[in-house]
Amino acid sequence: MKDWLCKNDQPLMLPIQRIEDEAEGVKTYYFSHRLNSRPGQFVMMWIPRLNEKPFSIAYDTGEEFGLAIAAIGPFTQRLAAMKVGDRVGIRGPYGKPFTIVDNAKHVVMVGGGYGVAPLATFAEQLRTKSSKIHFINGARSEHKLLFRDRLAKLDAETYYTTDDGSFGEKGRVTAPLERILKTGSVDFVYTCGPEMMEKAVFDLAEKYNVPSQISIERYMKCGYGICGACSVDGTGQPVCCDGPVVTNEQARTIREFGVHHRKGSGRKEMFA
Amino acid sequence: MIDLSTEFAGLKLANPTVLASGILGVTRDSLKYVVHQGAGACVIKSISKEERKGHDAPNMHGIEGGFMNAVGYSNAGWKASKEEFSGLKEVGAPVIASIIGKDAQEFAFMAEHFLSDEFAAVEAVLSCPHTPGYGTLAGQGTPESTAEITREIRKRTKLPLFIKVSPDSQPIGEIVKAAEAEGADGITAVNTMGPGIQLNIEARAPVLHFGRGGVSGPALRPIAARCISDIYQSVKIPIMGVGGVTTGHDAIEFMMLGASAVQIGTAIYYRGLDVFRHITDEMSEWMEREGFSSVKELIGIAHV
Ligand SMILES: Cc1cc2nc3c(=O)[nH]c(=O)nc-3n(C[C@H](O)[C@H](O)[C@H](O)COP(=O)(O)O)c2cc1C
Repeated sequence: MKDWLCKNDQPLMLPIQRIEDEAEGVKTYYFSHRLNSRPGQFVMMWIPRLNEKPFSIAYDTGEEFGLAIAAIGPFTQRLAAMKVGDRVGIRGPYGKPFTIVDNAKHVVMVGGGYGVAPLATFAEQLRTKSSKIHFINGARSEHKLLFRDRLAKLDAETYYTTDDGSFGEKGRVTAPLERILKTGSVDFVYTCGPEMMEKAVFDLAEKYNVPSQISIERYMKCGYGICGACSVDGTGQPVCCDGPVVTNEQARTIREFGVHHRKGSGRKEMFA
Repeated sequence: MIDLSTEFAGLKLANPTVLASGILGVTRDSLKYVVHQGAGACVIKSISKEERKGHDAPNMHGIEGGFMNAVGYSNAGWKASKEEFSGLKEVGAPVIASIIGKDAQEFAFMAEHFLSDEFAAVEAVLSCPHTPGYGTLAGQGTPESTAEITREIRKRTKLPLFIKVSPDSQPIGEIVKAAEAEGADGITAVNTMGPGIQLNIEARAPVLHFGRGGVSGPALRPIAARCISDIYQSVKIPIMGVGGVTTGHDAIEFMMLGASAVQIGTAIYYRGLDVFRHITDEMSEWMEREGFSSVKELIGIAHV
């Protein structure tokens, strides 16, 4: 009767199976473990006696999963110094994933940075439903573009944009997005990446009355809706459980989307 | 139909379930969401004078039959928090402030600067077991400290004042008598117990970054129940029972022992935010079967 009392979220100590270079400063760490994740979900990674951080899942084949991580802070730098066979704690997967919407035959995915990975996994799954996919990958410049090899293998129409024009179209992801939306044939938009990019994508989709799903990332401590760090203004819901992927209807009611987020202490910080 | 409404030190509650401090409750909108899910009132995350980052993660961990946390009082500090917790009418139920301090002077500062009359009451927490400088680690769990802190806050606010005590501070009866004598209007019993330790043996390391953490959830419930019983025999002011309440039956047990309302924290981990509705439904169903008509009839009928 009280099955829920048996719930707990102990991290599994998993050895790093292999490490692959993804781009400058970015490595993917693979673990052989059946995570059973869905695209858009995340895990918590624990380095004992250091810290624990959320990471979105870049790859999940069923037999193994991979996390693409840039060495930018004390945690990720320590990780970057680890070798195959070293163990880290993993718990999850957590959160709501991207979902396939009935009748969506023609979709656009817009990814930036690490946000490209969950969308690529999702696109691989959608392909089996014979949908037409446009995939837009944008970054500041060529060396910041992630997962180009992976997108090349995808049966999708791909577009690249860079702010400085070093690769693909010069400018923002919104330019090709608007061209595609103007055709009037798009059923659905999915986006994952830096928040201001997501906001611009969401606004465009709204303008063309196309429903969308957006992954909203916030500071997270527990991953299961207890600590309150990731509660968003407007709905008050913690996005670790009631997200990170939200629908456009939800995004409309999340007042802080594209405006501010909160630090670990709970203090607000505006998006630049 | 069971009448679930109750009163606590002048606060009118639509039902006796109250969100405990530190579980969600970091923002005004999160309180609104919790009340929308059925809580009769809510307590905000504890606020200190200075902004605090809290302990590094992991700072919470589910264990068999319970839960451990060492959040370390992360909060935005009194000024930003005062702004956060404004417009509280929108929340739709009484909002109880929660304040912490390193000593009686800091509690006094918080009472003077942080509290506003938008709050329905204030809970002063003297009982955290895992944050150096605060609570039991700062020696606040003695009758003398309790008296001094209660007195300093009392001088500075007209809000109903609740003192939140530790299950590890003994003799608990003397502690709550000191609070009552200095003008407290209610007792919140209890905070987490311990601290405790759990290791991950593969990692050869404690599961919580801080190393030790307060224990909550079902493991705490019998201890909390005994504290409520002790307190009920020691003071006249009402008690908010807290510690492992997970079902309607647990809430009824605490009320029968003398609690006038119950707070709910860890149960949200097990049952989600629907837990408030589950608990009030389970209470109603049981009371109907047993011939009660109001939750108020439960209070203290089986004190031990
Ligand atoms: C994650 C977490 C954070 C907490 N933070 C606070 C806090 O900031 N202030 C406080 O007075 N109590 C805090 N507590 C203690 C709870 O309010 C409550 O007293 C305790 O957890 C026992 O109740 P429960 O078993 O229903 O959780 C916290 C508990 C947990 C689990």
